[in-house]
Amino acid sequence: MQEKAILIDKKDNVATALCQLVKGDSIPVAVEDRSVGVVLLQDISFGHKFALTDIPQGDAIIKYGEVIGLATKPIRQGEHVHIHNVESQKGRGDKR
Amino acid sequence: MKFLGYRRSDGKVGIRNHVLIFPTIVCASEVARMISNEVPGTVYAIHGCGCGHVGEDKEQVIRTMVGFTGHPNVAGVLLVGLGCEVITPEIIAGELAKSGQRVETVSVQKAGGTTKCVEEGRRLAGKLLAEAAGAKRESIDVSELILGLECGGSDALSGLTANPALGIASDLLIAQGGSAIFSETTEMLGTEQVLGKRAANAEVKKRIYEIIAAADTKAKSMGVDIRGSQPGPGNIAGGLTSIEEKSLGCIRKGGSTTIMDVIKYAEQPAKKGLIIMDGTALDVMNDTGLIASGAQVIVFTTGRGTPVGTPTAPVIKVSSNSITYNNMKDNMDINAGVIVDGQGTLRSVGEQIFNEIIEVASGKLTKAEILGHREFDIHSLGPVL
Repeated sequence: MQEKAILIDKKDNVATALCQLVKGDSIPVAVEDRSVGVVLLQDISFGHKFALTDIPQGDAIIKYGEVIGLATKPIRQGEHVHIHNVESQKGRGDKR
Repeated sequence: MKFLGYRRSDGKVGIRNHVLIFPTIVCASEVARMISNEVPGTVYAIHGCGCGHVGEDKEQVIRTMVGFTGHPNVAGVLLVGLGCEVITPEIIAGELAKSGQRVETVSVQKAGGTTKCVEEGRRLAGKLLAEAAGAKRESIDVSELILGLECGGSDALSGLTANPALGIASDLLIAQGGSAIFSETTEMLGTEQVLGKRAANAEVKKRIYEIIAAADTKAKSMGVDIRGSQPGPGNIAGGLTSIEEKSLGCIRKGGSTTIMDVIKYAEQPAKKGLIIMDGTALDVMNDTGLIASGAQVIVFTTGRGTPVGTPTAPVIKVSSNSITYNNMKDNMDINAGVIVDGQGTLRSVGEQIFNEIIEVASGKLTKAEILGHREFDIHSLGPVL
């Protein structure tokens, strides 16, 4: 198949890069039976995630169809989604 | 389907025929290693436990030592003690007698020091080795296999390639009547709603929620954000953002079958099929627990690449991506990276893993065995008193 990025569950709002992706690229992501083009706002490393839609601050990041964390700032479509803009809800001993 | 294994006197099935030199106390570690080094063909497992244990911690360490040394992959065991420890060779030997495991004991203080103890140990280890040489492989049904599922050095591809492919292999084994155990409770944080739905009954579902809640409470008790340890630096560099994301990828090793039971670390399951062991996130300690629970073989997926093996059970390494596979080829048995390279599917790699399990069970050596990887540690609950 050798796709550039993969969407795991149709509920997901992020896709995972399957190779090194470059800022400005339009990445086709298979969503159900259609292909959606996402223009990258940054370089995305192999294995890292980018947003498929704009995600408001405080909204859930969804991967595998499940919540993997909340956006700590507004995230734009095509932006890198990682520890700089997502926080976990588990094991947060700092938030008691 | 059949494989070639060793039927032991208690009816259990081993896939290796090791003579194990095992210290019951950290203070006898080097003596155990010296004995093993002087008797080629034996293996040793050293650790930091054996004294300072009370209550539940003591029970867990004893349960682990008994399960590990009495394992059917071990033909005979030489227990090495110091003489003043909490967990003596006699305590473990007493438990092993119940299953008929072949066991000898030696103690540094009683033998009169290191040199004399090594001499005595060498003689006993040689005797065990000669006896073990008589064991023969016979045809055994795959339903008697217990597969340990492990992942370590995960990246974002682990949950997309290697782990779901291993899940398929686990489903195939269980469909033929075998069992599989997965663990790493910390790496189940945020997945209770997914795992709970697959529980065999309400009690198992309750236990799943309980062990995951306990792992979250323990993590929070440190008073910090666990990010940095979970996910770890290598995980984060590999693209994993949160423990929830890592966990959702991690649990895919467990395939799609019903979760039959939840057991304690190093506890032997009473049920067959898919089992959750309440274990630690640290791979090497967890491997020990899986073996002590009865797993004869472990399949270990990795994204970043890890070389670890165990002293007594073969570990089959599956890389999640081709970069790691090519970078650490001498450590990797199977490359699940072909799934994203377009040269394989989850199904084809799942079947490849299943076939490898059968071959390894029949005697084929894994890369970790060939290289001599025998990492070992015991998950002690502490505190050390």
